[in-house]
Amino acid sequence: MHPADNPLVSHPHKQGRLKSIWHKFRKAVEALTDSALALVPIILVIAVFQLLVLKQPIPNLGKMLWGLLQVLIGLALFVRGLQMALFPIGEEMAYNFVRKGNLWWLLVFAFALGFGTTVAEPALIAVSEEAARIAAMGQVIADTAEAQSSYAIGLRLTVALAVGIALLVGVFRILKGWPVQYLIIGGYFGVVIMTFFAPPEIIGIAYDSGGVTTSTVTVPLVAALGIGLAHTIHGRDPLIDGFGLIAFASLTPMIFVMAFGMLY
Amino acid sequence: MDSLIHFGATLLTMLRDVFPIAAILFGFQALVLRRKINYPARVAMGMVLVLLGLTLFLEGLEMALFPIGRLMAQQLTAPEFIYSSAEAAAAAAVEPVNWIDFLWIYAFAGAIGFATTVAEPALMAVAIKANQVSGGTITVRGLRYAVALGVAVGVAVGAFRIVTGTPLQWFIISGYIVVIIQTIFAPKIIIPLAFDSGGVTTSTVTVPLVAALGLGLAETIPGRSPLLDGFGLIAFASLFPIVAVMAYAQIGEWRAKRLKRRNTQN
Repeated sequence: MHPADNPLVSHPHKQGRLKSIWHKFRKAVEALTDSALALVPIILVIAVFQLLVLKQPIPNLGKMLWGLLQVLIGLALFVRGLQMALFPIGEEMAYNFVRKGNLWWLLVFAFALGFGTTVAEPALIAVSEEAARIAAMGQVIADTAEAQSSYAIGLRLTVALAVGIALLVGVFRILKGWPVQYLIIGGYFGVVIMTFFAPPEIIGIAYDSGGVTTSTVTVPLVAALGIGLAHTIHGRDPLIDGFGLIAFASLTPMIFVMAFGMLY
Repeated sequence: MDSLIHFGATLLTMLRDVFPIAAILFGFQALVLRRKINYPARVAMGMVLVLLGLTLFLEGLEMALFPIGRLMAQQLTAPEFIYSSAEAAAAAAVEPVNWIDFLWIYAFAGAIGFATTVAEPALMAVAIKANQVSGGTITVRGLRYAVALGVAVGVAVGAFRIVTGTPLQWFIISGYIVVIIQTIFAPKIIIPLAFDSGGVTTSTVTVPLVAALGLGLAETIPGRSPLLDGFGLIAFASLFPIVAVMAYAQIGEWRAKRLKRRNTQN
């Protein structure tokens, strides 16, 4: 974290007002340039393929430029808000949990965070409804709206449970200082073994469900939580021990969804 | 006025999505930890910025990029574009599919995978954090481009798989084997970050466009079911970045070693 962004550090020398406004202005310009750079590839891809490969004009150019401007400002605001709110909250809570010294509450919190943020995730809702449709077509379940909706809800709860358990295990790993790769590779073996037994219709959905669970708000929070824990606990390295929570959260849903497909 | 109402609606959906997260955070903070948050005004302001920013971002994507991205995916996968003539298209419907006919699609899949990943806000968050924690050795841009390159290769291979109809699991299992071998040799500090970058790549920007491509492709090719084969592209997009990020670190380490060796020789 840049020292100026750290709310836990007090800034001894106060800058003059004019200097501070100039500083803020420069930071805003930097943020906007950064998000503009992030958008360059996507604009290039669209322009090249639309104009040169498909040889068609770009429809609604004005509307598109207006939309791009929104994307640009939105991205810059998001990154600023991230550093003001999501990162500090995640790290502060990690610090407070460790100071409180109660491991059980920390694990309950990790599970609640994983389960609670996933169960309402819009991408997951869409995928589970799609999966229910496939299951009905493959005659795995009855082709009624009722059966489909109960299947979809079952799937959603399964994935949410998987993410909850992933964060719980991931936080426990940070506390213990276990290397992340053993657990992940163990998880891979779990995925491979399950693949041989799971019904073929569920495999594609199961593999995709790992990717859709972690939303844009959850990721920074979970990353900050892990790094905060690794910072606070003596003997943990923030790079080696702090990262890895998101990896768990995208691995366990695969195993759980295949299990769901076998049991249902 | 319409766009304002639409903006309001998106903001409300955003609020609804963020509500459970906020409830868990503040619930634990107030009931279990029983501590006040430091700098509450600043944090509240930051939350407002996150919400506003994401809403604007999604609105803009919905307005500018998603429609044309989906349209292009449809046009590129349409039989009229893939086959030069009606006879070729008719022949392709009978014969097994020739994967060479789809070169433009692999190129588009890779390009769009790269481009959407560079703009992915969640990845940006992780890259910023990794940069701070590593004391600057891992650069924000370096990590993002490595991940984006991984997604590009992943989505292109995924498109190839839909065309050939090979079962998804063989690709994924081979990918796992590569990851395991790399894990043994890669510098230890990059491993957790590499595994994490698999999960963060596929979110707001990438999923809608990549899914549209997969579904369009599966619809066009005879013998592919959009429901069965349309899935799986996202799995590729979350596996290959792991390989790419570890490779990025391995190349960095290898170059540093070579430089050191050269310096000691002189």
